[in-house]
Amino acid sequence: MKRKNIEEGIFKILSAVASYSIIAILAFILLIVFVKGFGALNLDMITKTPKGGFYYGGEGGVLNAIVGSIYIGLGSTVIAIIIGAPAALYINVHLIRFKKAQNVVRYFLDALWGIPPIVYGAFGFTLMLYLGMNASLIAGIITVSLLILPIMVRSFDEVLCTIPKGLHEASLALGSTKTEMAYKVMFKQGFSGFITAVLLSFARGIGDAAAVMFTAGYTDLIPVTFDEPAATLPLAVFFQLSSPIPEVRERAYASAAILTIMILVISLVARFVSHRYSKSNIN
Amino acid sequence: MSFSNIDTMTEVSVEQREINDVSSTILQIKDLNVYVEDHHILKNINLEIPKNRVTVLLGPSGCGKTTLLKCMNKLTDLYRELEVSGSILIDGDDILNTSKNVPSIRQKMGLLSQRPYPLPVSIYKNVAYGIKLKGIRDKKLIQYSVQKNLEEVGLWDEVKDRLNSPATSLSIGQQQRLCLARGLAVKPRIILADEPTSALDPISSKTIEELFRRLKKHYTIILVTHVLRQAIRLADNVVFMSDGAIIEQGSPDELFNNPQTDKLKEYLVEGN
Repeated sequence: MKRKNIEEGIFKILSAVASYSIIAILAFILLIVFVKGFGALNLDMITKTPKGGFYYGGEGGVLNAIVGSIYIGLGSTVIAIIIGAPAALYINVHLIRFKKAQNVVRYFLDALWGIPPIVYGAFGFTLMLYLGMNASLIAGIITVSLLILPIMVRSFDEVLCTIPKGLHEASLALGSTKTEMAYKVMFKQGFSGFITAVLLSFARGIGDAAAVMFTAGYTDLIPVTFDEPAATLPLAVFFQLSSPIPEVRERAYASAAILTIMILVISLVARFVSHRYSKSNIN
Repeated sequence: MSFSNIDTMTEVSVEQREINDVSSTILQIKDLNVYVEDHHILKNINLEIPKNRVTVLLGPSGCGKTTLLKCMNKLTDLYRELEVSGSILIDGDDILNTSKNVPSIRQKMGLLSQRPYPLPVSIYKNVAYGIKLKGIRDKKLIQYSVQKNLEEVGLWDEVKDRLNSPATSLSIGQQQRLCLARGLAVKPRIILADEPTSALDPISSKTIEELFRRLKKHYTIILVTHVLRQAIRLADNVVFMSDGAIIEQGSPDELFNNPQTDKLKEYLVEGN
């Protein structure tokens, strides 16, 4: 009995240390970016575009990068939903009797998920040159959509896997076709999970640097059309951090703080929406 | 369109069915075999289900009752591992081999599962779901049908003030009656009930049993159960299964008072 109590105590302490370590890591990251970027954190950072260039200029803000990131995040998320939602439903509805085909599709999706973003960036760059395009918002959107597509499909897939078979049966028994079952029942049942997947994919989209480095380019301006280059926050951090001017490097940390806050807000919204829809998903 | 037209529009009316059928066969199963890889789980099933009767599929757990029920409306499509052969005829259509629209054949058979699976919509929309699938768009007709079917299962008075609440907010017993109302709303000819009281408390179970007694005037009910007493209370026709095969079938009196096989005798002794 005494030995069991000791084992129980050790396991509890190890679990607690592991859990609090994760929180500590997040707190440490926030602390570093806020402390180092504190001097540059002001309203101008989120309301103005850079003055004097992003590499040497110590004035203005990163509104260009905030807007560019949101454009790329939104555009790529929309494309990924349009392709990803039907794909996930297809795997779980029409391939339901074909286990090998399901496994092959899931294997490829997992493999795509594991490919580093820089490879997507290189692929997007090649595609961009092949199509005769310049570094632009649309090239960034397409590349990031390729990056987040497997994440979204597999997340949707996992949500659909949790839907009980009894609900499939109930829907079919009422006279649904498989497509009606997919869109009228499974989609609604998994809606809160889908929302979470979409928001987390969006967060992944706005936070990636490597995929947009060669494809979206960088500019001090806010893009007005799809074929103009677009700045992004991760690249703003990257370029400002490599500047020789201390004030600009400080702005890099402020940019990182803004990006981190955006990701945290999206995560909180995802949790809130997921919780709300799981409670009142009725209409 | 008047409310009185809804039955004729959706399917054969209840009254018409009563006139037409006095225990002739509604469903015919021929040479049905089901395999899961090398396991033969339904063995050469031949069965005729009489109209407007409660046919109870009785047998020990794992004997193939639920699989047989799932074959009847081709829900075996959802199970990748099942290999099904044979034929199941309803109104001349072989649901296992038909080129016709399977969803419309499925609508002839309402399903009540072991535990209720309300759709992730409101109480109202649960019942309206199947009606809309039949192509009915008239809101008043749908409202009428929703009310009528909720009344039929004795749920209307309990939910009429909260029709827009989530179906999952109901108790399990109410959810099961909602699922029955939802199934009845598409005007099925047969109700397939797979141990529908197994997740319910005794009071809710009794309510469902009373409903079945009332509904059998208008519908053919195929009830899977391993509760012997429930079979005795409800059955007009009993099919005893064991190890994937039909061992005996006949009236409750024949089977329960004069069992012919050792397997049934043993089951009856253990069941009591």
